[in-house]
Amino acid sequence: MTIVDRTALGSPAGPTPAGSADSGSADSGSADASGAPHPAAPAPALISLSIAGALNAALRDALADDPSVVVFGEDVGPLGGVFRVTDALHATFGESRVWDSPLAESGIVGTAIGMAMYGLRPVIEMQFDAFSYPAFEQITSHLAKMRNRTKGRVSLPVVIRIPYAGGIGGVEHHSDSSEAYWTHTPGLTVVTPSNPADAYSMLREAIASDDPVIFLEPKSRYWAKDTLVLPVRTAPMARAQVLREGADVTLIAYGPTVKTALEAAALAELEGLSVEVVDLRSLSPFDDETVGASVQKTGRAAVIHEAAQFGGYGAEVAARVTERQFFHLQAPILRIAGFDVPFPSPKQEEHYLPTAERVLAALDTWEW
Amino acid sequence: MNDVVAARAEPVRPTLKPIRLIDEKGAPVKGAERAGFTLPSPEVLLGLYRRMVMARRFDVQVTALTRQGRLATYPSALGQEGCEIGAVSSLGENDWLFPTYRDSVALLTRGVPPVQILSSFRGEWHMGFDPYEHRISPQATPLATQALHAVGLATGAKLKGDEVVALTLLGDGATSEGDAHEAFNFASVWQAPVVFVVQNNGYAISVPFSKQSHARTLADHAIGYGMPGYFVDGNDVAAMYAVTSAAVQNARAGGGPTLIEGLTYRIESHTNSDDPTRYRSPHEVAQWRQRDPIARLETYLRASGALSDALFDEIAAAAEQLAAATRDAMNTEPVLDPLELFDHVYATERPALREQREYLARELAAAEPAPADVSSTESISTASGSIA
Ligand SMILES: Cc1ncc(C[n+]2csc(CCOP(=O)(O)OP(=O)(O)O)c2C)c(N)n1
Ligand SMILES: [Mg+2]
Repeated sequence: MTIVDRTALGSPAGPTPAGSADSGSADSGSADASGAPHPAAPAPALISLSIAGALNAALRDALADDPSVVVFGEDVGPLGGVFRVTDALHATFGESRVWDSPLAESGIVGTAIGMAMYGLRPVIEMQFDAFSYPAFEQITSHLAKMRNRTKGRVSLPVVIRIPYAGGIGGVEHHSDSSEAYWTHTPGLTVVTPSNPADAYSMLREAIASDDPVIFLEPKSRYWAKDTLVLPVRTAPMARAQVLREGADVTLIAYGPTVKTALEAAALAELEGLSVEVVDLRSLSPFDDETVGASVQKTGRAAVIHEAAQFGGYGAEVAARVTERQFFHLQAPILRIAGFDVPFPSPKQEEHYLPTAERVLAALDTWEW
Repeated sequence: MNDVVAARAEPVRPTLKPIRLIDEKGAPVKGAERAGFTLPSPEVLLGLYRRMVMARRFDVQVTALTRQGRLATYPSALGQEGCEIGAVSSLGENDWLFPTYRDSVALLTRGVPPVQILSSFRGEWHMGFDPYEHRISPQATPLATQALHAVGLATGAKLKGDEVVALTLLGDGATSEGDAHEAFNFASVWQAPVVFVVQNNGYAISVPFSKQSHARTLADHAIGYGMPGYFVDGNDVAAMYAVTSAAVQNARAGGGPTLIEGLTYRIESHTNSDDPTRYRSPHEVAQWRQRDPIARLETYLRASGALSDALFDEIAAAAEQLAAATRDAMNTEPVLDPLELFDHVYATERPALREQREYLARELAAAEPAPADVSSTESISTASGSIA
C-alpha cells in the first residue's frame, strides 16, 4: 500500500461522493481502510474524474498494491481498452501484469480460472456485453461453482469487467444488458456502479473479494464526471444506497438507469410527488434491508432497467419486495424496462430505452 | 507475458504410424516407429505395470459396484490404462493434473483415496478430494473446459517463477469443442508449460472418431498452433510414458506446450447407462481386447525377466486388497449434512442464503420425530388419491 493511499483513505476531509454512504460504514468492507492519516503527506487533492478514469485508477492502485493482480483481455494492453479503462497500465506495470490475450472470451475466462487456482487475482475484460456469451459456460459451470464443488477449498477471486447497456449508439451486440443471466447463477457476485466514486471503490472491493465478481460497467455513463479524492471508499458494495430521499415512491435503479431515476425524481417533484431513489449497486446479493426500509416508508415502488422486461432482473426485485413488504405496499410494484425485443439499432434505441418521461407515465398508472 | 517474441517451433508433422516402443505381441520395437524415443528402465516399466494392474482392478470393481447400484454412475477407463497411467506417471510432485470424468484411475495413481475419488460418482458431493493436496483439479464434466484451466494455472505458475507443469487429459470428442482449440492456442501463444494428452478411444459416447475430425491424426492439430505434436500408441504404456515425460521436461525447461494423441479404446460402455451394442460390433471390441495394454507389458516384462511369478502374485494380491478396500468403502453409507448445501456458495455470507439454510433446518427438525414408515404410507395414499 502506498503512502498516498493511506492519506486519502484516512482522510475525513474527503468529500462524500454522490451515492456514497456516511464515512462510518464506508470503510467497513475495505481491507485497506485501517490506515491512519500520514502526518507528512500532502493534503489529498480533489479531482474531477469520470467513471472510466476512476476504474482506471482502481486498477492502477490494485496492481500497485497487490502483486497477484493481473489484467488481461482483448486490447487491454498498449491500446488501453476500447473504452480506455486500462489506459497506460501496460506501460506502467509491464507485459507480465497487463497484457493482450488471444481473442477468445471462453479462453480468457477459462485461463483466468486456472490462474486464480494458482493464487493470482485476474481482472479480465469482456470487450462488450454480448461478447461475454462465448464465455457463458466457463462462467456459469466453473467460475460460479468451483467454490461449492470443492467445499470451499478453491476460491476463484476473478473479476470480469463487462461494459454493458445501451445509450451510446452501438451497433448490434454492443448494447445488451445481460445482468439477469449472471444474477440467476448462484456463486456469482454481480455489481454495477453508477458514479465515479463507486466505480473506484467497488472495483477495489471486487478485486479484493475471494468470490468471483461480474463487474458491470454502464458504458453510457463512462464519461460522467464527479469531483472526488482518490483513493475513495464508499459503502460496501453489497449495500444499496439511497441517493435521494422521498416520501411517496421508491424508484429502484442501477447502473445506467440511476441517472434516469434521478431525472424522473426531479421532474416528479415539480408535480408535487416526493420520490426516493435507491441505487442498488449490487444486484447479487440484493440488499433487502435498504430497499425494504425505503418501501416501508413510501409504500410504492418501481424498478427501472434497460434489459428486456420479461424474465428480467426487475421481476426478481418486484417479487421479493412484494413477498417481504406486501402489507406496506399500496400498489403493485411496476417495472419500467426495455421492450421484449432485441436491442434495436442506434437510430431506434431512443424508443427502446426507459426514459424519465416513461417513468413518470408509469407512476401515473397507479391510482393515487 | 514474455516481452521477447518466442522463436517459433519448427513444425514437425506427427508420424502417421503411432509411436511405439513395445509392440502388440510384447516385443521391443526397433527403428523408425520409436521416433527417437527410448524404452524406459525395467524399474520404471515395473512401476507402470503395477499401477496399471491396480487401475484395472479398481475399475473392474467400481463398475461392478455401479451395476449393484452402489454408485450413480461410473465412466470406466478399462482398456485405456496405458494412456492414463503412462501420461500421469510422467508428472512430478508439484505438477498439476486436469482430468475428466473418465480419468478416475489417473487420480488413483496420483494417490487420491478411492472413497474420495468416488464421492461424486456415488452422488454425495460434486467432488471429494482436496485439489491442493493432490494438485488435481476437479474431474471436469463440461468437455474441454478443464484444458483452459490447465493453461491458466500453468501460466500463473510461470508468472510466479515456479517450475510447475500442468497436464490435462481430453477425449477425442472433446477436441471438437471450442475450448480445446482456445486452450491449444492460448498455451502456444503464452508458451505455457502445459501438456495436452488426448485419449482417442474411438468414440464420443456413440459417435465414432470419423465423425469428429477429418484430420490425419488429432496430433496434427499441434502444427497449426505452432507446438510439437505426437501420435502415440496409447496401449503401449512405455511409449506413452516416454513421450509424455519428454513433453513434461520440455515444458518445465521453458519449451512451451505439447499435444499428444494416444490411440486407445474404451472396452466398457461409455457409462453404465450406455448400450454400446447399438453403435459398435462385438468383433471390434474383441480385436481391441487383443491389444490390451497390461497383457502387452506383462509379456515384455516376463520375457525380459523383470517380472517373476512371485512379483506377479504380490502385485495381484495388492490389487485385490485395493478392490476389497474399495468395496468396504462403498458399502458404508456416507453421512451427509443437508445444511452443507449452503456452506460453500460464497466466501462472504449472504443473509438470503442464511434464511434458506434456516428454512431447511426447520424442515429437517420437523421431519425428524415422524417414523419413516408412517410418512411413506401417507405419501403413497396421497399419490393414489390424486390419481383416483
Ligand atoms: C460441453 C459438453 N457437451 C456434452 C457433454 C455430454 N457428454 C459427456 S461425455 C460425452 C462424450 C465425450 O467423448 P470424448 O471426449 O471422446 O471422451 P470419452 O467419453 O470417450 O472419454 C458427451 C457428449 C458434456 N459432458 N459436455
Ligand atoms: Mg472418446
